[in-house]
Amino acid sequence: MSYSSLPEDVLEHVFSFVQSDKDRNVISLVCKSWYEIERWCRRRIFVGNCYAVSPRMAIRRFPEVRSVELKGKPHFADFNLVPEGWGGYVYPWIRAMAGGYPWLEELKLKRMVVTDESLELIAKSLKNFKVLVLSSCEGFSTHGLAAIAADCKNLKELDLWESDVEDPSGNWLSKFPDTCTSLVSLNIACLGSEVSFSALERLVVRCPNLRTLRLNRAVPLEKLAHLLRQAPQLVELGTGTYSADLRPDIFSNLAGAFSGCKELKSLSGFWDVVPAYLPAVYSVCSGLTTLNLSYATIQSPDLIKLVSQCPKLQCLWVLDYIEDSGLEALAATCKDLRELRVFPSEPFGDEPNVSLTEQGLVLVSEGCPKLESVLYFCRRMSNDALVTIAKNRPSMIRFRLCIIDPQTPDYLTLEPLDVGFGAIVQHCKDLRRLSLSGLLTDRVFEYIGTYAKKLEMLSVAFAGESDLGLHHVLSGCDSLRKLEIMDCPFGDKALLANAAKLETMRSLWMSSCSVSFEACKLLGQKMPRLNVEVIDESGPPDSRPELPVKKLYIYRTVTGRRIDMPGFVWNVGEDSALRLS
Amino acid sequence: MSASGSVSTVSRDDHLVLSSEDSSSPVESELELGLGLSLGGGGFIKAQQQASGGGGGGGQYARILTAKDFSSVVSSSSCLSSSSSSLSRGDYVAAGTKRSSDSVAAANGSSQVVGWPPIRAYRMNSMVNQAKSVASEEYNSMMENKRKNSLVEKTTDVCSKNSASAKGRTSPFVKVNMDGIPIGRKIDLNAHGCYESLVQTLEDMFHQPTTPSFVLLGSSVQEPTRPSKLLDGTSDYVLTYEDKEGDWMLVGDVPWGMFLGSVKRLRIMRTSEATGLAPRLQESNGRQRNRPI
Repeated sequence: MSYSSLPEDVLEHVFSFVQSDKDRNVISLVCKSWYEIERWCRRRIFVGNCYAVSPRMAIRRFPEVRSVELKGKPHFADFNLVPEGWGGYVYPWIRAMAGGYPWLEELKLKRMVVTDESLELIAKSLKNFKVLVLSSCEGFSTHGLAAIAADCKNLKELDLWESDVEDPSGNWLSKFPDTCTSLVSLNIACLGSEVSFSALERLVVRCPNLRTLRLNRAVPLEKLAHLLRQAPQLVELGTGTYSADLRPDIFSNLAGAFSGCKELKSLSGFWDVVPAYLPAVYSVCSGLTTLNLSYATIQSPDLIKLVSQCPKLQCLWVLDYIEDSGLEALAATCKDLRELRVFPSEPFGDEPNVSLTEQGLVLVSEGCPKLESVLYFCRRMSNDALVTIAKNRPSMIRFRLCIIDPQTPDYLTLEPLDVGFGAIVQHCKDLRRLSLSGLLTDRVFEYIGTYAKKLEMLSVAFAGESDLGLHHVLSGCDSLRKLEIMDCPFGDKALLANAAKLETMRSLWMSSCSVSFEACKLLGQKMPRLNVEVIDESGPPDSRPELPVKKLYIYRTVTGRRIDMPGFVWNVGEDSALRLS
Repeated sequence: MSASGSVSTVSRDDHLVLSSEDSSSPVESELELGLGLSLGGGGFIKAQQQASGGGGGGGQYARILTAKDFSSVVSSSSCLSSSSSSLSRGDYVAAGTKRSSDSVAAANGSSQVVGWPPIRAYRMNSMVNQAKSVASEEYNSMMENKRKNSLVEKTTDVCSKNSASAKGRTSPFVKVNMDGIPIGRKIDLNAHGCYESLVQTLEDMFHQPTTPSFVLLGSSVQEPTRPSKLLDGTSDYVLTYEDKEGDWMLVGDVPWGMFLGSVKRLRIMRTSEATGLAPRLQESNGRQRNRPI
């Protein structure tokens, strides 16, 4: 019996064990019948660029999907580089899915514009809706949330990760009906204003499966203990504001409540933290795997005391107050550490305000054998340090280094940091994501193009000298999907020479580079499956063709130009001449 | 992956902007386009020449300079020398010197460039809001915290009253550009309770003693006088803002709270260009839009 004559339901059963998109895509290419079987049993789709495909096409091909994940704006929108009104509207998708996926259970959105109308449509049309994750989204208010709360009878997860939510006063939490007992995860950390504590408490009490609760800053510390005692089964907790008058009864109440939470693995929040209250969490430290202290303005000694009690820590997000000494303690204690993110406490200061240097990162790379993901803001770096880190941790997967002052050279030799980053890509053969900073010439791009064969995402700023740099990357990085560049002297040549490469990538962002409007037009005309979008808020880019385009966003798509472009975005494709006249 | 098996190289002779004199001649090689992209040789070369003639010029790609660009420590040939690299550090620095003199001011201190350092707006807003309540390194109690808060808050009644109404804004940072200065700044509106405070901060931000041509506080570069001249019309510049509808308005006409609710960004405009600000500016192509910057 050959594989192709296996009955459909057997094949479908086999396919159900295949979850990864990549593998599913491969399966669908084996033969026509596998394509058909596979597409009817795919349950989850991920669309990395919401403009790459139309909702109708997605629904047509995969009619039985239960979970959809969409991403909208380019990553650099996080840093205010994408003007408001650019796009990323989810409403067309929701409208299509209201009809096409009536049994949709999960929707995960990132960097998209979500309106209250969209949320209301979800609530009204999707009867089995369970999971809503809005990560870095905007455009909605608590009115939309109220609709979700009121009408999604089986809601399990509501996660508003770092979204921008308009907060008209309104008691949306109390819109969860008393019959709602299904919540597993609630993340409202980003909400600016108060929520009704009694509604919150009642919700927590009646949801016995609640595992994740991330409170917003407005929830006072004095009330946290009470909440914890109602939900000792919590696995992930985000505190509200972590400060209160120093009172022994508040402290002991809080410490007692924490000690009752035997399942707690993840802590976050800690806004306005008062160090004296930190010991209240010590009882759970031995079990913690994730600690997000990136908003906690506490100094190194307090951080050391805390971190030294967390031997099982796998993921730490922290401010640079931790300093090299704190990272040394981390390296000594947390042998299971996989991910470290160190954020700057004063990114716009001229002088360093803390003693955090490249040494801290080197120490962690030495002491933590499982370290694979790094985001590190600092003010100085050396090639030596980078080489050491690379040799220590060849299993690094994500390496994002931000030396705060652009074009900072190796502080020891004053040379560019080409060799250091070169060592990273040479030793870390599985590197998937890389962000560069410091003084860099075309040489670093030569290293990247030569060695970084698994690299999927590269972020570059103030680096390179010529088109050769960009050319190395586009011609050498076989796995490249996303490339984002700001303020680099890259122009037309590399772009046009590697036009075909762009179709193998999700997207390319270039701002404040040297790409001419003419080249953009050429690219747009010759590559019909790319959308070449020029962003220019000061007027039509062809009115000043001698100037380089300010912002350029190129992405592959099967649906042609998008119809929701605002006035400051120009698609310079075939009929660009028509549009601009 | 390269599009075809052929070797593609980029000739660097077109990057004249980066070197005033290319003393070491680069390897001259033609650009090859893979996958049989027939862009029409002539047309492409023409486009290239047009592009490289103007596109790479102006040094527009690097909007920020730090002192390192002009550092004399830069030893040109030693760090970058290799047989394939013909651009030396010296050439790169030469590019820096070609940039407009305004950028020199940026080299003196930190300049806030949009998008750098790459910190999410959410994080910046959170840190800003926390900075109001967390002032020192060693405080142990809320009482001390409260005391410090009162030092940070505005002292004028008007300002503190307005501060309360400012809380609703979720994204307090707005861009500020000044005519003649290529690098924009960002300012936190929530940190101010009134126009006076905002303007004083702006004047501090954009006041650069090394650039005599820039005059914000009257016609001399002496000690700044208070109150601000930006608001009272005696300066060469006026402070304007773009509102939610895209119109450019003079700052100061509406109540502070209303201003906060509608301002999208700020521009310090030369007085000569600010005529007729109240009626909308129109673009020549008839599009009903204002022309910022």
